[in-house]
Amino acid sequence: MNKIPNRQAICDVLMEEAKTDKDIVVLCSDSRGSASLAPFAAAFPEQFVEVGIAEQNLVSISAGLAKCGKKAFAASPACFLSTRSYEQAKIDAAYSNTNVTLIGISGGVSYGALGMSHHSAQDIAAMAAIPNMRVYLPSDRFQTEKLFKALLRDEKPSYVRVGRNPVEDIYSEESCPFEMDKAVAFVDGVPSADTASWADEEFDAAIIACGEMVRPAVEAAALLKEQGRRAVVLDMYCVKPLDVESVIQAASRSKAVVTAEEHAPFGGLGSMVSQVVGANCPKKVINLALPDAPVITGTSKEVFDYYGLNAEGIAKKVMELI
Amino acid sequence: MENLKAKSFELRQNVLDMISRAKGGHIGGDFSVMDILVTLYFKQMNISPENMDDEDRDRFVLSKGHSVEAYYAVLAAKGFFPIEEVIENFSAFGSKYIGHPNNKLPGIEMNSGSLGHGLPVCVGMALAGKMNKKDYRVYTVMGDGELAEGSVWEGFMAGHQYKLDNLCAVVDRNRLQISGSTEDVMGHDDLQKRIEGFGWHVIQVNGNDIEELNAAFEEAKTVKGCPTAVIANTIKGFGGGDVMENKAAWHHKVPSADEYEQIKKELAARKEAALHE
Repeated sequence: MNKIPNRQAICDVLMEEAKTDKDIVVLCSDSRGSASLAPFAAAFPEQFVEVGIAEQNLVSISAGLAKCGKKAFAASPACFLSTRSYEQAKIDAAYSNTNVTLIGISGGVSYGALGMSHHSAQDIAAMAAIPNMRVYLPSDRFQTEKLFKALLRDEKPSYVRVGRNPVEDIYSEESCPFEMDKAVAFVDGVPSADTASWADEEFDAAIIACGEMVRPAVEAAALLKEQGRRAVVLDMYCVKPLDVESVIQAASRSKAVVTAEEHAPFGGLGSMVSQVVGANCPKKVINLALPDAPVITGTSKEVFDYYGLNAEGIAKKVMELI
Repeated sequence: MENLKAKSFELRQNVLDMISRAKGGHIGGDFSVMDILVTLYFKQMNISPENMDDEDRDRFVLSKGHSVEAYYAVLAAKGFFPIEEVIENFSAFGSKYIGHPNNKLPGIEMNSGSLGHGLPVCVGMALAGKMNKKDYRVYTVMGDGELAEGSVWEGFMAGHQYKLDNLCAVVDRNRLQISGSTEDVMGHDDLQKRIEGFGWHVIQVNGNDIEELNAAFEEAKTVKGCPTAVIANTIKGFGGGDVMENKAAWHHKVPSADEYEQIKKELAARKEAALHE
């Protein structure tokens, strides 16, 4: 089992890049420990800004730095970053078009038993609704690393959500297909970022997931295979801009679509996929998500299992559909 | 030396024309803030169409974004865009001259309009200046009603924490906001003590006096180790005479034809007087 959470992978990339790129600035709101960014703060004190428990300030200061040539990476718990500083994200980052990457750490129900105040089950909907704001939920440490290297090369605002806990590897050093804003398709368990490579395949179902739900989605496809059913899985780490081409191809070549996300049932990945499928290749789409209510107390795994957000739950839903 | 006092009344006339034609705008705050903007743009900041992409330029954010009409008038006078184009198109369908600042226009650094953003953004700009060892200065202008936004005080805290002596925050203290007196809505007295309590150097001036404002900005440049706040005590609607001055209703009132003529006459008289001082 991999012990490196995605937040750690972010710190590793930023520390590597900051050795040669003095314009990288990391900002935290008393969150350097939670964000796994304490090593960055210790190694690059001149490129680290602590703003205290002040998420609005965190985002506005990031925007000001970015407007003066810096590449700002602002990390704070996703629950606070996505709503406490929502307006700063909307105006100072997105509307003013500044080079700010907002890193929502401990996203979704990572904080498990701490309750709804610490859950961010609305961040995809909130951030995706802002024009000029991109939304990414990488699935494992290898993809997280590639995503951040790509974000370092562009100069546009984005929101990235990662979880708190280590997640099992989906990819590997040797095999992590990545193209910016392109979903990764798992066909018979093999990942590919090239839609042409599976353009002629037929499936019983398409499973589209993001973030921590990608691993159970891939496992669900394996369970379905045991039952003689074939599913394509899309790792839609790029929730916005959504890879519409892959969604349409996957849905068109399947009997039904199931989405899975660690998010409220409205306005997230499932809503977006449903819009695209409804408009382009209408067929049944079922969204698996957290409930429209405070979630049950427990660890992430306990919560996921309770709501059927696991391999068995996804596979069961697919079997019901087809 | 150009007569900036006369210029400030001339630019208020541009504002009056913009708002009268568009039938909308925030004229009271435009008139109170005008002398602050004129002093910054014509005596203090090295910002012009020629150097607007220069890394060493001073930075400015209009935090009280609803005073955009005054901002447009000053930027146009600096040559960023033609004033006739602004008056013709302000707030019109599809216009780039929106009712709050937008950085797609030359000369505007940041979009604003939602209050309480300018100071924290300027903290970031000033921090970048320190990190990059640049000498530029960073200015923001806030309204006094705006001070009720908590994010403003987050900015004051951070400005002190990082000893940003390249940062200067101006408060357009006209003591009126949309609902009435600032002290009735949410009081800010004693503002000087409050801001000093956050570790800032504070200077109070008559904010409708360009010489006093200029002296304050000069003093701010000499202050080391902490940022400076200039409390610019102004009159809302300044220049609009008895019709307009110190009346909360003029926060965003559109002048009638009669009022337009009275205000125009008052501005012309004050400009004339300024030319003969």
